[in-house]
Amino acid sequence: MKQVALLMDEDAIRRALMRIAHEIVERNQGVANLSLVGIRRRGVPLSERIAANLMVIENEAPVVGSLDIGLYRDDLANRPFSPVKQTSLGSRMVDRRIVVLVDDVLFTGRTVRAALDALSDFGRPTAIQLAVLIDRGHRELPIRADYVGKNVPTSRLERIRVEVKEIDGIDRVYVEKTEEVEATE
Amino acid sequence: MSREQTGWVIRNVRVIDPFRDVDSIEDIYVKGEEIGEPSLSTDYSVVDGRDLWLVPRLTDMHVHFREPGFENKEDLLSGSRAAAAGGFTAVCTMPNTFPTIDIPSLVQWQRDQAKNIGLVRIFPIGAISKGQEGRELADLYQMACAGAVGFSDDGHPLRDARIMRAALGYSTTLGRPIIQHAEDPALSEGGVMHEGSVSQQLGLPGIPEEAESVMVWRDVELAGLTGGLLHVAHVSAQGSLEALDYAKRRGLRVTAEVSPHHLFLTDAMIREWNFKPVTKVNPPLRPDGTRQLLIQAVRRGLIPVIASDHAPHHQDEKDRPYNEAPFGISGLETFIGTILGVFIVDGLLDPLSLFRLVTVEPHKVLGLEYPGLTVGAPADFTLIDPQAKWVVDGKKFYSRGKNTPLEGTWLQGRPVATMVGGQWTMRDQEVLR
Amino acid sequence: MQDLVALESLSTQDIESLLDLSQNMAEILDRPIKKVPTLRGKAVVNLFFEPSTRTRNSFELAAKYLSADVINVQQSGSSVEKGETLWDTARNLSEMAVDGVIVRHQVSGVPQQLADILDIPVINAGDGSHEHPTQGLLDALTISQAKGSLAGLKVAIVGDVLHSRVARSDIHVLLALGAHVVLVGPPTVLPESYEELGVEVTTDLRRALSDADAIQVLRLQKERQNSGEIPSLWEYRLRWGITSQTVSWAKPDAVILHPGPQNRGVEIDSDILESSRSWVLRQVRNGVAVRMAVLFRLLGGGRGDE
Repeated sequence: MKQVALLMDEDAIRRALMRIAHEIVERNQGVANLSLVGIRRRGVPLSERIAANLMVIENEAPVVGSLDIGLYRDDLANRPFSPVKQTSLGSRMVDRRIVVLVDDVLFTGRTVRAALDALSDFGRPTAIQLAVLIDRGHRELPIRADYVGKNVPTSRLERIRVEVKEIDGIDRVYVEKTEEVEATE
Repeated sequence: MSREQTGWVIRNVRVIDPFRDVDSIEDIYVKGEEIGEPSLSTDYSVVDGRDLWLVPRLTDMHVHFREPGFENKEDLLSGSRAAAAGGFTAVCTMPNTFPTIDIPSLVQWQRDQAKNIGLVRIFPIGAISKGQEGRELADLYQMACAGAVGFSDDGHPLRDARIMRAALGYSTTLGRPIIQHAEDPALSEGGVMHEGSVSQQLGLPGIPEEAESVMVWRDVELAGLTGGLLHVAHVSAQGSLEALDYAKRRGLRVTAEVSPHHLFLTDAMIREWNFKPVTKVNPPLRPDGTRQLLIQAVRRGLIPVIASDHAPHHQDEKDRPYNEAPFGISGLETFIGTILGVFIVDGLLDPLSLFRLVTVEPHKVLGLEYPGLTVGAPADFTLIDPQAKWVVDGKKFYSRGKNTPLEGTWLQGRPVATMVGGQWTMRDQEVLR
Repeated sequence: MQDLVALESLSTQDIESLLDLSQNMAEILDRPIKKVPTLRGKAVVNLFFEPSTRTRNSFELAAKYLSADVINVQQSGSSVEKGETLWDTARNLSEMAVDGVIVRHQVSGVPQQLADILDIPVINAGDGSHEHPTQGLLDALTISQAKGSLAGLKVAIVGDVLHSRVARSDIHVLLALGAHVVLVGPPTVLPESYEELGVEVTTDLRRALSDADAIQVLRLQKERQNSGEIPSLWEYRLRWGITSQTVSWAKPDAVILHPGPQNRGVEIDSDILESSRSWVLRQVRNGVAVRMAVLFRLLGGGRGDE
């Protein structure tokens, strides 16, 4: 049997994303040279919400793009085929800009590694920063997040589920405890 | 070990003897090489014939044994073994060997070889034209004297109407038929399967039925002109049936045969077999509508003969792209199961009528004599288990040709023993030489 | 999906997902660095038994943009002449640890036969008059880019349909996506049995083109004249050629496609090819994207089930 525990509700998510937006502005002194790039799938609506928050704070919208990392995974041979989603990114959104990658959960770091590879095919950013809603630990690569909504210490047997209105119809984050299978990102 | 046997008795067997028009339960005695008198002697070895059929002189008047010249595909021994396994006591071998059987000494040679092998009676068919080139008549009379029972350029059609007219005219003096592989090469050229919706959808070049029927019509007219004996090999076209009907109405000496695969399979098999050339035969497998008409034509006697067109090829030759593989499939060892499936299982013909098509009728076409199971007749017969269900496995064929579109198919009915001239040639699917 | 041999055997769902994937692959062609690491360490063979520079290049670039290694094997002549059977050639390549085979052959069915004996994916790059699945997909992708969707569109396929593998693949993909398909051409090369599949078949070019949203113009093989199926190229152009006059029968915004290479002045006039209606260059670009999608679909994932 799965055990489920709620980590964040709609309000908690909203507050976390607003805080992240403030931190981004503070650290980068505005949004002028900023590109937000959401990692498909759930990083994309999160990046759009952060962009909306930045608009509220700075009265200026950052550039927003999206990235599918399916073609850059290092474990293609070990998983069944999954389709590639649309990538909306141009070199003008990457070259000599500060790119903030946005994803829902930071776990082993392999997704971010793939996203860093993908970004470099579009150009050479001035800097790349990482914003995640949840950091659950268990890194397998030397990668850390610059902006974190919530740190959640987990066991490897647990699974973090982030749901967003745009895709799932509801905003919430919860943890599932499974006993048999090791969770994957 | 055992004392000298007088012979064999097959007890309580259902004798289906189209030569005498008999279908009844009898005991059949074999003494020496012949059918013997009923006897109370205990010196006969007994075979229990209950639930079996006994059919005399099963004859396949259209086989390719490939010898001389193409022994990698088949030879007289392997072909004879396949015939025995398939339950045949007599076969007619087609002359498209290398060299072509177009002179009397080659006819005689084939008969001598067959006698030495002793598994099946071989009645050779000689070529109509020298080298099967369609230009000059071969020495038909001398070949007939040497034992040729008919003449054919099979494998190739005789396309020149003038030569065909001559051959048919000449046949009136021989009492042996001219067997035509009817195909207009201009219409069939490049084709590898039936031209129709399946060929159009698979993108394979087609052979229209009319490639056959236009030549059958021509030949029927020439048979009318000459009074010759025309036998149309492996009929597979609706138009050919119309031509045969027309010949029958005019009372011409025209006969025809159909192959079991044209009665059993359709061109949809090419799709089912995913382009594997096991389905590649000439004439090609036709659509179901034509197949049904062929079955009807057999039932109403328009087509009097069923013959296998056993055309073995080496596996390597069939292991090729569809267009490059040769035409022809191995047919002897699936023959009985196939025709029983088409006609008996579905009740379309009674056994006596069905077996006429592979006994009396080919004898009539070829001018051969056999009196039926009467005392003193050569003891040539086949025991058939009409209930046996079995799966076709080409690897187990005695023929060198292992290719069959029936691979993996369940058939009902198979020969369980074959006797030629008082000697068993096959028992329980084991060929005894 | 293990192989791509024929569009006829694909489900509508498979076709739609391949087209979506192709659309997303097309984006890679716009990047400054058009190479993704997806198939790094994989090797594919372009096994071409019939000369075709265009399709071979397209597959080769598609594989290279995905970081796969490609070798080209160009052989002509039948296996009979060569002595070695085609199957031996394929088995040998497979034994060299190749991960996929792209095959073009002049005989229908060869890719299917290869797929039946090889464990690795087989991609049909055109077999005889049977199918050319990646061409069918790229044609569908191109029309849907031009028109938004294929559902309800009237698409005319003009020319020697009987001998065209492109037409066969087009028919299956267009029907699957809800288009109305009309085949038109000389009666000697028109497969009338396609009416059974719900395709309109006519010899009347005007009827075929009227209200058409897209026109696929097939290449006329010159050997059709030798085989007697058409009297002359000139007469063919007069009756079935796509010219400024005949194209005016179609909708004003109808798009023109041609699988290439074109016989200018025979099946299609140069001014039509170079007009704004012509999407033939987009077809070429989409060809690379479609082939990337197919390679990724068949090679970019483990074989295990979920």
